[in-house]
Amino acid sequence: MSLFLQNLVNALQWGSFYALIALGYSMVYSILMLFNFAHGDIFMVGAYIGVGVAAVLLAASAEGALALPPWAILVLTILLAMVLTSFVGMLVERIGYRPLRGAPRASAAITGLMIGIILETGNLALLGAQRIRFPSLIDTTVYEVAGVFITNTKIIIVVVALLLAAGMHFFVHKTKWGLAMRAMAFDYVAVPLMGVSVNGIAALTFALGSALAAAAGILYALAYPVLDPYMGIVFGWKAFVAAILGGRVSVMGATLAGFLLGFIEIFVAMIFPSTLRDLIAYSIVLLILIVRPHGFFGEPYSARLRL
Amino acid sequence: MLLSVENLRVSYDQIRALQGISFEIDEGEIVCIIGANGAGKSTTLLAISRMVPAEAGTRMTYMDKDLLQYSADKVVSQLAISHVPEGRRLFENLTVMENLRLACFARKDDGVRRDVDRVLSIFPRLAEREHQKAGTLSGGEQQMLAVGRAFVSGRRLMLLDEPSMGLAPLMMKGVFDALREINQEGTTILLVEQNAQLALQFAGRGYVLENGHMVLEGKSADLLADDGVKQAYLGG
Repeated sequence: MSLFLQNLVNALQWGSFYALIALGYSMVYSILMLFNFAHGDIFMVGAYIGVGVAAVLLAASAEGALALPPWAILVLTILLAMVLTSFVGMLVERIGYRPLRGAPRASAAITGLMIGIILETGNLALLGAQRIRFPSLIDTTVYEVAGVFITNTKIIIVVVALLLAAGMHFFVHKTKWGLAMRAMAFDYVAVPLMGVSVNGIAALTFALGSALAAAAGILYALAYPVLDPYMGIVFGWKAFVAAILGGRVSVMGATLAGFLLGFIEIFVAMIFPSTLRDLIAYSIVLLILIVRPHGFFGEPYSARLRL
Repeated sequence: MLLSVENLRVSYDQIRALQGISFEIDEGEIVCIIGANGAGKSTTLLAISRMVPAEAGTRMTYMDKDLLQYSADKVVSQLAISHVPEGRRLFENLTVMENLRLACFARKDDGVRRDVDRVLSIFPRLAEREHQKAGTLSGGEQQMLAVGRAFVSGRRLMLLDEPSMGLAPLMMKGVFDALREINQEGTTILLVEQNAQLALQFAGRGYVLENGHMVLEGKSADLLADDGVKQAYLGG
């Protein structure tokens, strides 16, 4: 029983990363019918930006220029990295995708792959091949509850991920920008007739998705503090799987599917040798998709591509 | 003059849909463009709302401004030109109220609530279905919502693409009565219709579009009496 609960806790943490990355994938896909394959690399960029922001904040606080407790440095690091990474996302949209808005879907998809490679190798060129360590911002405390070990890091990761997902849900369903995003997800061609700028909403969507990916990057670095330029690739693929599994335009769907993926991976590894983890886990996902090809949630959309 | 269109040319994939048409509309008018399927009626409206690009040589002036300088969303938000497109293009995943609120997206004035209430009083059916998804409405109700959206988004000039399409006669009368009311409150209307009889009875003036050319224009009464128009568009 305690083994089960321990794995449940681990799965919640693991699923948090997938859920946050899947949200960005899902929103961009829903609104622009675009697979932003560079999104996993935005997660990586966010983690690296987090390293930079944390280093600056730590240095400032060591010099006494800034008297901040460790938790405040962590919160500031997450928020500032989210803001900075959202600009990276908007830049990717502006340079990589906007010029291709009328182009065939396949062109936009390979653009994503190319931007991903550019971000990975650009990072390599800029910072060199050695792995980079994320500074430790808070001391780890381990709590034992009924034989289950829970660290404060795990609690922070899961709580922050859930708060951000809830915030995103609120934004999409309660604000006028969210309303425009949902409208665009149904029929992006007709949206300008409502006085809504497609480019504006596209940029906003990339900004939000990238901010969430940055948060995921930093939370990941809290648990696994060694970063390398290729850390986003596999995460990106798997979060993409979660996004599709969740269904279109569903913040809840993408979040739940992200956690589900985390659960499947962790529990498969609990039963089978870990080398078989992804083989078995993704065979299960494939079976789920065969039964529910449109994912768990998701809204219908208009297939009319012009007026 | 509210809108003046000169030498409007539009092509789709090398095929010219509009061959340089010219027409104009005064403030407060109801003007219709009639013509057969494929004559270029919808394209004309799409060019005005900047949803399709006009070719070089085209001049479109709206309230002394060069319309070609505005993008599609700015045409709505800055020039108050609204467009009810072919097939209505409602956001069927959103409720009636959300569709109306979305149409007010760019508005910053404080008249939004009043205008939304006005739509609900013109079309009480929409008030009853306020929280229903637009996709669940009947055809007539969807047309009401499409007109209502145009009413709140900007309504100095309203472009209507086949508002009679697919409506039962009674429903059609309701929609056209409402449009007449909206016009009397100051909105200029440009309407394209295949149903020439209906359009000419509703509008004060009309243009006849054939294969991308304007072939005839005049007062509705004159067009209704014209032998050529009778033969081609009014069933003899």
